[in-house]
Amino acid sequence: MRQILLPIDDDTIRSLKVGEPVLLSGVMVTGRDTVHKWLTETFIKKTRQPTEDDLNIYEAIKPLLAGSVIYHCGPVVGGLDTRDYRFVAAGPTTSIREEPFQGDVMHHFHIKGVIGKGGMGPKTLAACQEVPGVYFHAVGGAASLIAQTVVKVLGVYKLDFGVPEAMWVIQVKDFPVVVTMDAHGGSLHAIVEQQSRAILEELLAQP
Amino acid sequence: MQDLTEQILELVRLTSTDLPPDVERALRRSVEREQPGSAAKGALETILKNVELSRANSTPICQDTGTPIFYVYYPEGWSPRKLRAQIESAVAQATRRAYLRPNSVDSLTGKNTGNNLGDDYFPTIHFNEVEGDTLTIELMLKGGGCENVGAQYSLPDSTLGAGRDLAGVRKVVLDAVHKAQGQGCAPGILGVAIGGDRGSSYYASKEALFRPLEDENPDPELAALEQRLTGEANQLGIGPMGFGGETTVIDTKITSLNRLPASYFVSVSYMCWAYRRRRMEWREGAVTYS
Repeated sequence: MRQILLPIDDDTIRSLKVGEPVLLSGVMVTGRDTVHKWLTETFIKKTRQPTEDDLNIYEAIKPLLAGSVIYHCGPVVGGLDTRDYRFVAAGPTTSIREEPFQGDVMHHFHIKGVIGKGGMGPKTLAACQEVPGVYFHAVGGAASLIAQTVVKVLGVYKLDFGVPEAMWVIQVKDFPVVVTMDAHGGSLHAIVEQQSRAILEELLAQP
Repeated sequence: MQDLTEQILELVRLTSTDLPPDVERALRRSVEREQPGSAAKGALETILKNVELSRANSTPICQDTGTPIFYVYYPEGWSPRKLRAQIESAVAQATRRAYLRPNSVDSLTGKNTGNNLGDDYFPTIHFNEVEGDTLTIELMLKGGGCENVGAQYSLPDSTLGAGRDLAGVRKVVLDAVHKAQGQGCAPGILGVAIGGDRGSSYYASKEALFRPLEDENPDPELAALEQRLTGEANQLGIGPMGFGGETTVIDTKITSLNRLPASYFVSVSYMCWAYRRRRMEWREGAVTYS
């Protein structure tokens, strides 16, 4: 199985094709619903005024996200009292909720990959071709196993969003994923959706 | 009345970290059916490794520890008010110990309470007084991914050609499975309720999920429909995680409720493969778990 180091260069991104399982190692950042909305409103569409704290976080996360991946994950975190954080359970959350934001966030922050589950839609697929980037599918529910690949929690931003919605900066080793959307317009999700729709229509025609 | 906070805390730990044996058996049967080297088989192998690891380390199977849904069956003389307080205390402690993720969010402010408590609806607790002297508490942890792909249909549904009969029920359930794709963390388990009002129908669809996987519906017509739906859902080929494959649905559980003459609801509660449900029984001071 191919090992991919973060950050990822464009040639490596373009070499990844739908269906390939890979192991990711390096530094990544978690972000889900509240983070995507906040990033979009504050820094991309600028429909809300950033606070000084927002601007400081912006400067801090830019180099972390550039060339790396964002992970759709709301972890269970131990050590909250002592701030000696450790990931206890950390599988992917459903990605499609970030579809309205993801493409813009990828462009703005030069994000080369998204990890989640369930796949994403046409806007994100287009962004994967343009940036370029890929969608990595992690195994939903495999939370203890994935948490073991998180070797270190390097920090956290926006913990005021709550533990699941914060941006956790993590160092991972051999995080197992499968490429299900690639930089060439390929999407396993679109294929499975179409094939299963055809079978559904046959079944619905039966009494 | 005995204080059961510690025992309920153990119920929460067990539910979050130790997948029930019937579910694990079903997943082991599924992995055999997938093509060697396929993404589907790989996903199921990862799932089974994770199940073993969570059990050994007492860590959550899935980070989305969901809505804790309790069903309490209490004998005469027990106080639901005191039991609620004990359940809430156990849930808060389980959150501190990282058996549960803080999951209770104020819908208006977006603020997470941090301890899985909130209002009268979080955690969800259903109380029923029963005869006899056994107190039973059942707990299900149902994550957001699978809850989001649940669906309710009002029949007739002309788009799907679904009328007010079991043939119509079959069509809308297949539609729900197709719409869910892999997003409910397939392979899933379907809890289906026919009838009721919108509220009671969803409630019953979740209750149906407490049945053991390997049992058979006492109603022969429903038993046949359960089997047919599981088979046809698997023909869709959505597969584990939506990667394409043989197992999309592990099992189907159907229940029916009386309805109004004007209404015919079909409610589908989709449960992810991480089908976390456990039971504790208290009898004469002794507690057992299953």
